Amino acid sequence: MSQAEKLKQGQFTNPETPGYVGFANLPNQVHRKSVKKGFEFTLMVVGESGLGKSTLINSLFLTDLYPERVIPGAAEKIERTVQIEASTVEIEERGVKLRLTVVDTPGYGDAINSQDCFNTIIAYIDDQFERYLHDESGLNRRHIVDNRVHCCFYFISPLGHGLKPLDVQFMKAIHNKVNVVPVIAKADTLTLRERERLKRRILDEIDEHGIKIYHLPDAESDEDEDFKEQTRILKASIPFAVVGSNQQIEAKGKKVRGRLYPWGVVEVENPEHNDFLKLRTMLITHMQDLQEVTQDLHYENFRSERLKRGGRLSSHGYILPLSPAKGPEPEEMDKDIILQEKEAELRRMQEMIAKMQAQMQKQGDE
Amino acid sequence: MEEEKEVMEEREVKERVVEIEHPLPCLTESDTQGIIKGRDLFGYVGIEAVLDQMRRKTMKAGFEFNIMVVGQSGLGKSTLVNTLFKSKVSRKSCTPNYEEKISKTVQLQSVSHIIEEKGVKMKLTVVDTPGFGDQINNENCWEPIVKYVNEQYEKYLKEELNVNRKRRIPDTRVHCCVYFLPATGHWLRPIDVEFMRRLGKIVSIVPVIAKADTLTLEERLEFKQRIRQDLQANGIRVYPQNEYDEDTEDRILNDKIRENIPFAVVGTDKEHQVNGNKVLGRKTKWGIIEVENVAHCEFAHLRDLLIRSHLQDLKDVTHNIHYETYRVKRLNESNANGQALSPLNRENGTLEKSDAESHL
Repeated sequence: MSQAEKLKQGQFTNPETPGYVGFANLPNQVHRKSVKKGFEFTLMVVGESGLGKSTLINSLFLTDLYPERVIPGAAEKIERTVQIEASTVEIEERGVKLRLTVVDTPGYGDAINSQDCFNTIIAYIDDQFERYLHDESGLNRRHIVDNRVHCCFYFISPLGHGLKPLDVQFMKAIHNKVNVVPVIAKADTLTLRERERLKRRILDEIDEHGIKIYHLPDAESDEDEDFKEQTRILKASIPFAVVGSNQQIEAKGKKVRGRLYPWGVVEVENPEHNDFLKLRTMLITHMQDLQEVTQDLHYENFRSERLKRGGRLSSHGYILPLSPAKGPEPEEMDKDIILQEKEAELRRMQEMIAKMQAQMQKQGDE
Repeated sequence: MEEEKEVMEEREVKERVVEIEHPLPCLTESDTQGIIKGRDLFGYVGIEAVLDQMRRKTMKAGFEFNIMVVGQSGLGKSTLVNTLFKSKVSRKSCTPNYEEKISKTVQLQSVSHIIEEKGVKMKLTVVDTPGFGDQINNENCWEPIVKYVNEQYEKYLKEELNVNRKRRIPDTRVHCCVYFLPATGHWLRPIDVEFMRRLGKIVSIVPVIAKADTLTLEERLEFKQRIRQDLQANGIRVYPQNEYDEDTEDRILNDKIRENIPFAVVGTDKEHQVNGNKVLGRKTKWGIIEVENVAHCEFAHLRDLLIRSHLQDLKDVTHNIHYETYRVKRLNESNANGQALSPLNRENGTLEKSDAESHL
């Protein structure tokens, strides 16, 4: 492109910097497109009854996600198994739309025998992956709805001395499927020292059992100091000890969100009282990263496991047909043979892609 | 004449001040079902001195009190027991190098101490139940506890049925079981219902809301109401049970207690300065929670119930009601079998010596 052409383009040139091409504008274009498209985020909350999950979600997003909620009594709880309740809400702030889905899991940990209480949850997560895989392999991929669980807040009771056996088992079962963010609930029941002790205890136990929780990405070296400092603080505060509330209380002359006790007021947004602000900051600043990790790590894991397992994806989902379309696989085929066939197909696909890339390169050079 | 009257009146007044009064009593007038009131006696008998004697004897002998604490790990059971008796009586304070770990099965550990206050000695035994409700599968986690309670009754029964029995049978029966409910603010959990239903039949249960500093006052009231509803709906009897109220005075007192159970408590062994006084409390960034302040939590009510007003009642209810129920059941069992009182089925099937037969 000659200089004159660049100048003609007018608004896209900065005359002061010769050689300015203009693709620095790309992020703005992406920004505009995504603002138009809106963001989707699915958050799952898991924890025993009474840990303040619903209150916290309402506090985080300043909405009331559960307007007609009825808390079941003990008699009803005995009968129930874990349910999955997904509520979607569209939040808009300064023109940016967020389609937030909160997946609640009432009944978790309630029963006397909680042995299989998380099977329903794992089945749900797998189901969302399965659906995405099916959509992705389908013919019309324009409007894929992403309902995969991007993040799971796991609520730990502040009453114990660390993780309970159920906590450990559950987190180990899902840490390869979803980003797990442990949260200490109802943190106003702990003094500062108790809170530090509990956090350390939980981190030790997480290490001990090899649980992979979500790690915040380190700040890039070119980010500004403030952001780096913020990331450092956030990383040091995991797991976050939070208090949720949507009630406005008068304290020291101003209205704050908090909880009123006879001995004082716990302010939700006061960083000295609890880590609510840190949790919110983490969620907002790293929403994109959470989605990326879900796509690049958890979803890909699921996909490779799923494809290795073999069998038909679905009635009309199919991988790139390189060989002439096969007929329906005979039922009696040995699993190993199916596995080998699939591997061969994958290899062929990779060769094909390599060939195509080589071709493109040749074209580019011309 | 008038002077005489006056003098007589004066004398009467003086005489009325004396404990036992003259003039001579008319037994028939005040005689209702054979009760002779003090003022009817024509001399000082000294019946009331019995109280002093009793006092002296019991002070010499001392009291025994066995309290059991049940609840999930981390609900502050040991801290609360220490706070109640203002001394380090829990199992945690007594084990050197104590490490907090969740045990795989329900254990029962009892620790005994003799605490003394103003010459009154009390042998306090605290039975702790680590591992209760902590596992993933908590089915039947109450069985070791039920077994323990029944074993204590059995021990006492055996002693009682002995030919040569001790003057004072050592009393290891559980007088009170404090059940700790986590402050969820919702309802009773299935495990709470199951436990209290079974144990409420054999021991006096006092439910408490543990670590109640996480509930605001409105949440606390609502929670308590829901718990009471749940207890009623499931037919769970907690102490004080209304059938055992002996008279109206008791009933009024116990009704007040029943309206307030379960007590929302907070326990601690740390002291802080508040307004120039040293108080037991928990210090947080937003204030100090005073344990003994009734505006903050109901620890004082629980302590009054368990120690200051109803300690003897708890022991009486255990002895007269729960123990008797157990005894009747056991004796009926052995009668039905047509044999002498055999040992508990779980131990072995052989008969005991016929010592017991003569007492049936």
